[in-house]
Amino acid sequence: MTLMQQEPGQSFVVENRIWDQAEALPRSQIADLQLARLRETAARAANVPFYKKIFEKEGLSPDSIQSLDDLQRLPFTTKSDLREHYPLGFLAVPREKIARIHGSTGTTGKPTFVAYTSEDLKTWAELCARFLTSGGLRPEHLVQISFGYGLFTGGFGLHYGVERVGASVVPASGGNTERQISLMLDLKSDVLVSTPSYALYLGEVANQKGIGPEELPLQFAHFGGEPWTEDMRSAIEKQMGIHAFNNYGLSEVIGPGVSGECALRDGMHIQEDHFIVECLDPDTLEPVGDGERGELVITSLTKQAMPIIRYRTRDIASLNPAPCPCGRTTIRMSRVVGRSDDMLIIRGVNVFPSQIEQALLRVEGAAPHYQIEVSRPKALDEVTVRVEMRPEVFSDMMSKMHSLRERIAREIQIVANIRVNVELVDPHTLERFQGKAKRVIDNRKKE
Amino acid sequence: MKIYQLSLFLENKAGQLTEPCSLLAEAGINILTLTLADTQQFGILRLIVKEWQKAKSILEEKGHVVNVTEVVAIEVTDRPGGLKEIVDVIDQGGLNIEYMYAFTFGRKNKAVLIFRFEDIDKAIEVLLRNKVNVIGNVDLYEAD
Repeated sequence: MTLMQQEPGQSFVVENRIWDQAEALPRSQIADLQLARLRETAARAANVPFYKKIFEKEGLSPDSIQSLDDLQRLPFTTKSDLREHYPLGFLAVPREKIARIHGSTGTTGKPTFVAYTSEDLKTWAELCARFLTSGGLRPEHLVQISFGYGLFTGGFGLHYGVERVGASVVPASGGNTERQISLMLDLKSDVLVSTPSYALYLGEVANQKGIGPEELPLQFAHFGGEPWTEDMRSAIEKQMGIHAFNNYGLSEVIGPGVSGECALRDGMHIQEDHFIVECLDPDTLEPVGDGERGELVITSLTKQAMPIIRYRTRDIASLNPAPCPCGRTTIRMSRVVGRSDDMLIIRGVNVFPSQIEQALLRVEGAAPHYQIEVSRPKALDEVTVRVEMRPEVFSDMMSKMHSLRERIAREIQIVANIRVNVELVDPHTLERFQGKAKRVIDNRKKE
Repeated sequence: MKIYQLSLFLENKAGQLTEPCSLLAEAGINILTLTLADTQQFGILRLIVKEWQKAKSILEEKGHVVNVTEVVAIEVTDRPGGLKEIVDVIDQGGLNIEYMYAFTFGRKNKAVLIFRFEDIDKAIEVLLRNKVNVIGNVDLYEAD
């Protein structure tokens, strides 16, 4: 079957190709495989003191798992559980079986480490090869990986996935944007792998140097590592002249490779033979309905070194079990709309930083670089959104500048349902992180 | 008959005027006049310089947001009622002024008014028809 998606003005066409037939198994076979692997996972987890203690207390064992519904009897695992067992308390194999250790970036505290056996590394490369293939990667492509190579799972994860597909890698790693652009131009990179915020920055620097979408050799890109929006996708695609795919993963579970988009780009296919993904109400921990937003809770099914049961990702998204025309039978997840712990509660309203970005992208010519500062000078929360000035929206007339500020504030009110004070600041003054973007300053006193 | 004015975005914080001014000074560009429109949060610096293209690229290179606006310069005699005569013509001609500013320069007893009109072509036509002394680049900069 050939399945194509072509958008007006874009010459890029993705042919549908499935890397592994495991992505297209009949639903009943997926369920059988998941049950068998869940029991194996429970057996491996019994080697981890944290799980062993709970299993003994609750009278759980691999044999007590009779159906997939029994998953709900298993305990949750949180980030703080992992932190309490720092550094490697969740290891289920002897230390000498470890082939590699990665870690979370530690942006919100102490890092957490994750270990892989050599078999885990093979699985991981396969999972990345699957979503890269579904998102257009072929052996003839040259891929520039601008994720940091290090403890962060992005760089190495995608690196081995690209090699598994048989394509070529430029391990550019993160940072040094001028050099990234030269590498891209000189080596004629076809594909970019990075965070979406870095891609936006890279495209902006290129454009400033007079290198527009026509000059950049890139055809498409695989972005992940942070929440982003559909509007941001259009902005990056326009700025770089590319087709952008979204993928999802997190280091605690494996890294990139939990899910990724196919040619249709209508949700990310979850690799269900390796993970069970639940979508729960973060307060009640009860499952939400199909298409409803909730927190993703992930159980690994094949990981050897550090099996993880019902990991509370804090990522907010929804699930769609409808069959996909691409032929994959797996459930699709929506893009992550925010993290339950990035979520700001402003005067009682839940606000995700990504909504501010979405609002800015609706204002023609406004820079999508922003910073949100929340304070509580008296009884009420006050929000200031700083936006960088750009030549496209600058006017010599005060009235037009005032309407620009009002327009931005109105779009934010429409998207996020909060009133904010908009400050216009000099271009290129807001801090940019070359990895993940830091957008929020919360000055409210913690009660 | 049109004069090119540079407008510069300024964030409202201490020292914001220093950088653009010293950039132009280093490049040997003389500022004929300037005016600052400001709010609590940001300002717009409007500049008239002879070498506006050069000034624009110097400022942009340093990351400033700059745009170019066409304005009208009118020379008037520096005496009571000088401005009123011009304003009467503008009113009767139905011209909308976005903003204006004035300065005196080299020529004795003469002042220059800079107008930003909503419709500059119509404004020039009306002003010339009423024999208003609209001046071009040469007149403006030669006395400089």
